[in-house]
Amino acid sequence: MKISAAKWFSSGTPFVWLNAGAVAISILMVVGLLGLLAVRGMAHFWPADVMQANYAPPVSFGSVMSTEVLGERVETESVSSIQIASSGIPVDESIPYYDRELVKLGNRDVTGADFAWLLSSYLSNISYPADVVALERREWGNFYGFLTDVRETGESVVAAAAEEEALWVEFEQRLSRALNIHDEIYRIEKIEIGEVNYALERLRLRQRGLELKGEFDAETEATFAQQREELGADYALLQQDLVVLNKAIERDSALFLAANGAEVDIELADIVRAYKPNQMGLLDKLFIYFAKLGEFLTDEPREANTEGGIFPAIFGTVMMVLLMSVFVTPFGVVAAVYLREYARQGFVTRAIRIAVNNLAGVPSIVYGVFGLGFFIYIIGAEVDQLFYPEALPAPTFGTPGLLWASLTLALLTVPVVIVATEEGLARIPRSVREGSLALGATKFETLWRVVLPMASPAMMTGLILAVARAAGEVAPLMLVGVVKLAPSLPLDGNYPYLHLDQKFMHLGFHIYDVGFQSPNIEAARPLVFATALLLVIVIAGLNLSAVALRNRLREKFKSLEV
Amino acid sequence: MRKVDVSSVLGASAETPEGLESCIDVSGLNLYYAKDKRALNGIDLKIPKQRVTAFIGPSGCGKSSLLRCLNRMNDLVDDCVIEGSIEIDGEDIYSKHIDVADLRRRVGMVFQKPNPFPKSIYENVAYGLRIQGINSKRVLDEVVEKSLRAAALWDEVKDRLHDSALGMSGGQQQRLVIARTIAVEPEVLLLDEPASALDPISTLKIEELIHELKRDYTIVIVTHNMQQAARVSDFTAFMYMGDMVEFDATDTIFTNPAKKQTEDYITGRYG
Repeated sequence: MKISAAKWFSSGTPFVWLNAGAVAISILMVVGLLGLLAVRGMAHFWPADVMQANYAPPVSFGSVMSTEVLGERVETESVSSIQIASSGIPVDESIPYYDRELVKLGNRDVTGADFAWLLSSYLSNISYPADVVALERREWGNFYGFLTDVRETGESVVAAAAEEEALWVEFEQRLSRALNIHDEIYRIEKIEIGEVNYALERLRLRQRGLELKGEFDAETEATFAQQREELGADYALLQQDLVVLNKAIERDSALFLAANGAEVDIELADIVRAYKPNQMGLLDKLFIYFAKLGEFLTDEPREANTEGGIFPAIFGTVMMVLLMSVFVTPFGVVAAVYLREYARQGFVTRAIRIAVNNLAGVPSIVYGVFGLGFFIYIIGAEVDQLFYPEALPAPTFGTPGLLWASLTLALLTVPVVIVATEEGLARIPRSVREGSLALGATKFETLWRVVLPMASPAMMTGLILAVARAAGEVAPLMLVGVVKLAPSLPLDGNYPYLHLDQKFMHLGFHIYDVGFQSPNIEAARPLVFATALLLVIVIAGLNLSAVALRNRLREKFKSLEV
Repeated sequence: MRKVDVSSVLGASAETPEGLESCIDVSGLNLYYAKDKRALNGIDLKIPKQRVTAFIGPSGCGKSSLLRCLNRMNDLVDDCVIEGSIEIDGEDIYSKHIDVADLRRRVGMVFQKPNPFPKSIYENVAYGLRIQGINSKRVLDEVVEKSLRAAALWDEVKDRLHDSALGMSGGQQQRLVIARTIAVEPEVLLLDEPASALDPISTLKIEELIHELKRDYTIVIVTHNMQQAARVSDFTAFMYMGDMVEFDATDTIFTNPAKKQTEDYITGRYG
């Protein structure tokens, strides 16, 4: 039976297809986005096999430059011969496309560049030698080479004829010793000396404070001097430990043969991780993979953020969002309660409501400028004058920091909370309010005991939207507190534990910084994807916990929803 | 439609509203919801103490408006203007010195739709007391049990006092609301079509409850259901278009109304 087009159209089938298509495209986009981030970002941590090959491209007619290369293949792509010709390599014009591979050569200290594009057709003698060692170093990026000797204070510790295996065992033992010493040095430098320095700084500020008040007399001077002396003694002790440890860690080094034939002496103190990727089975590789992933999640960045982890950025993001939630929720709820419950519903209230709604549409950078101009330069400067005069001229709160960033974002998101809470309040059935009033409750008691608890799911909705917006915001943060590299976390063991005045790192800004401000683009690119994926996960995590909380509240009040 | 025979339900009653001590004294009450929207026209009414008084009349006749004036619920409606006076126990409830919250505690109200709070059964009943600052567990336990027993709900819920009130049936919820209201020991109970959202069995239970409660409370009930008015009330006021048409003993209204309008409504000729 033939159905006419008009009938088919009015049956609604095309509309259903249109709707389903829109949904399908949305899902594809989300899955594609996450998939791309996951593949590009997460592959970075996989310990790939290291290739050894001879690379002999023609550099000019007749002459060929031949080099030995050793590195990880990262990706392959096709480029037009014209493009290659313009980069100075003579090509056969009859072949339109050449394949080329991006190889991570490492050894930045030896050869200058740690990534290279190699034309596949000029690679020969490709092999994957079992003894290749991949080193992750604290400086200069990765190193690929063959272990030839292990040395203690410059003297070889293994017999010249020692087997490959024995050499590697010796190397690993000494490396694990060096890593332990490094951890100890890190602990002393970062935590213990940090504590002493912090105490000294507080002492200085207290003294300065007393001087400003004119209460600094000989007696207090003596106690201060004594305390300072004690701290100085602590410091000297730690310093001694450090000297010993530094000497100990510098003891060992290893000799490696690089691809270009150079022998490189690398101190074990500089090595983070060493492994032989070509010998490892899947399980070993997975182990290394998760170790690297763990390092990425829990460690501090190194090498201008292109190596190491991003823990401070994760921490800063979560911290800032939590602080923002603490500021924005009560403020937004209280404002919404006034607008909906107490204010007379007239022209002024309507105008305010429209203004609040429009505030949500103001570009975030404007809030950043406002935060800088108002919070930091006016309020912060005033706070410094009143409460931290001893630290001046160095600003305490008169400079971008965690508190101001959280407040700026709270301001940015407060309209969302107000609107959501107002809608929630409007939905509470009149009968419930009347029930409470009829029992002799005042309006306030009714609000506090019945209406607000019932509106709490709506408040949570507002908070969810606020978190979603705030966690992904970068532009205003650059003005009010986010930095490329923060020396310490805003939460630590030093009184008052939460340092609201400190600058902090943020995942969103980290993406920008690593991706666009990094000197080493190839090394940074996978980190951009990995960090972006992590940002999405962190935001999704924050949101999901808020959603879970809201659902629990909804469950509690559900049968009243009309 | 045949006339409802109420004498068999009520028994002969010789009482008239004038012959009894009045509890609520409404005189010359006008109510405007907007400037030119008058809902009540000069209502005069003396509601007797410890009796059940029913307001009947067609939809929009102002019976609920009148009821809501008795505990100043109409204060919540913007632009609502009230003229005339209402005295409860000789006290003008629209005087400036009246604490509205205290008035509403003394004049409890139960609404058409059950409106329990999203709290436990126990907390629903204890709510009014907690508002008054009573937090002693011993007192609360005692009052909750007493109120639930008075509302004939105790046996059904005594094992799940701390479950959410929202899990109860509609009839139970309405009795819970009544228990919640009597927990604060009001003098007057206002019932605004308390059984209209309930099934017949729950309705019967509520009506039995009203019979029980009239010993202690002055009860005013608004109802659409004339049989219900006949069954539960001692006195009935018939209202029409904001006017108080007739107010008398229930059996008089149902068997021998003085006004033609009342008779027409009762016999189902309109309304």
